[in-house]
Amino acid sequence: MWRARILDDDQTMTADTAVRRSSAPPPRQPGKRPLFRRRSAIPGFGLTMGVTLTVLSLIVLIPLSAVVLKAAHQSPADFWAVATSQRSMAAYRLTFGAAFVAAVINGVFGVLTAWALVRYDFPGKTMVNALVDLPFALPTAVAGIALATLYAPTGWVGQFLTPLGIKAAYNPVGVTIALIFIGLPFVVRTIEPVLRDAAEDVEEAAASLGANRIDTILRIVLPALAPAWLTGFAMAFARGVGEYGSVIFIAGNMPYKSEIAPLLIIIQLEQFEYARAATIAVVMLAVSFTMLLVINAIQAWARRFD
Amino acid sequence: MAAVSHRRAVDDPTWAKVLIVGVVMAFLALVLILPLAAVFVEALRKGLGPALDAVNNPDALAAVKLTLITAAIAVPFNAVFGLCAAWAIAKYEFRGKALLITLIDLPFSVSPVVAGLIYVLIFGLQGWFGEYLVDNDIKVIFAVPGIVLATVFVTFPFVARELIPLMQEQGTSEEEAAVSMGASGLYTFWRVTAPNVRWGLMYGVLLCNARAMGEFGAVSVVSGHIRGLTNTMPLHVEILYNEYDFVGAFAVAALLCLLAVVTLVLKTALEVGAPGMRGRGGH
Repeated sequence: MWRARILDDDQTMTADTAVRRSSAPPPRQPGKRPLFRRRSAIPGFGLTMGVTLTVLSLIVLIPLSAVVLKAAHQSPADFWAVATSQRSMAAYRLTFGAAFVAAVINGVFGVLTAWALVRYDFPGKTMVNALVDLPFALPTAVAGIALATLYAPTGWVGQFLTPLGIKAAYNPVGVTIALIFIGLPFVVRTIEPVLRDAAEDVEEAAASLGANRIDTILRIVLPALAPAWLTGFAMAFARGVGEYGSVIFIAGNMPYKSEIAPLLIIIQLEQFEYARAATIAVVMLAVSFTMLLVINAIQAWARRFD
Repeated sequence: MAAVSHRRAVDDPTWAKVLIVGVVMAFLALVLILPLAAVFVEALRKGLGPALDAVNNPDALAAVKLTLITAAIAVPFNAVFGLCAAWAIAKYEFRGKALLITLIDLPFSVSPVVAGLIYVLIFGLQGWFGEYLVDNDIKVIFAVPGIVLATVFVTFPFVARELIPLMQEQGTSEEEAAVSMGASGLYTFWRVTAPNVRWGLMYGVLLCNARAMGEFGAVSVVSGHIRGLTNTMPLHVEILYNEYDFVGAFAVAALLCLLAVVTLVLKTALEVGAPGMRGRGGH
């Protein structure tokens, strides 16, 4: 308790000195103040920063603003009517719901996969390690037609699910299956480096103090992994929300039932309803930005423990 | 050596190891290997002949060509951009750096469909430049330029996000030394920085290329699906599949699978062989 107060005092001290220092700035040569950046001996800042900002603006920022402007072109009432129409709401529910369930399943199996890859040696480990990145390397349309064929009622997997009364393909279950495929590497690859860097001596200490293995894992290992796990979860979720290629083949694409939000954008576009397409896109962008902020917040929170 | 097995406290019991590895293997087999296997089995369902015919067909070859052209433009473009961005971000201190990195990463968080939509809103008939483009008979949407633009957007961060942390880790002391001894900026880049980051660059280019050749959603929005003209390989797969030409669809898909497998093999080789590349996860 008092330790914290001393730390606080310390900080006030430095803040005070900082204020004092800034109130009496050292004389600087005019035109050399590091207003924007610290001076560096390495040349090329102007060129590389110029190229970076120009390309970023032309390719990403200005085009993205176009969708917001297009959506803002209509009255707020129209925007709201399209953004919250029954069909749109059904699409959001499916998209976010399936992405959430898929991220949870990936959260479980992703931790196990990362754990096996970091802590164990087993035959075929190099291949398993390479295979985890398959969803990054395989075109989504290929994954889509493969999954649709596998989980169709007569497919390799589907034929075993049908007698159980599970309809996988052309159903929300199929959407979730596709998003599990797409999201898996995000969870594994976010947890893996953290698990590799995690100090085993802490676990040893816990064990030598009498904790059993389950206790050690539940109380030492998993809490240390929590920020990485949440980051991976959020990344898999964000990717799943926007995913199109792997989903549309297996989804069935029935309005109100198995129609994902990105598909709704395409349908509006095909009917030349550009403002409506932009409206749904803005809703999805808002969710993406929120996820980005959440991920950044989790990582800032995780850095506090470093 | 004592014959007593001495288990370290951080080792899990053998039954737990076997159980976890078994569950992981079963899960990966179901989720990853089965779809991959299904592609090849479906492609060869009627034998090798029909599969080869489906690939060796004018429309399919036009799709292969367009995919290669698109990647040949988008990947070098993003590689140069990535090098510029990483240099600007890693070698200097300035305000707003975190924001700049976030903005560069932005395309990863945008749905591919939205990525296509934004270019339709700008270059499409009703778009900002729609009238101008029609008057001057320039086609961007439903043509190759739109496909390239959409591909550049979705693969935008790949090289940059690989290089930024790598260059930040390496710091600026080597470059400062070179410059202080009179080397020019470009010379310093080629002789000092480039050798240090070449494996990271290759890694980024590899992932960028896989995504560029495989992109579906964004390209689908801007392409117009004109056979033989604006169809990339993934779009060609979609058309054949929707026409119930399953052997054809899976044969072209198998080609794309080979691309994925080659990508993964090269990626693994880089991780195992190249110094400092161990244990990198990519997007």
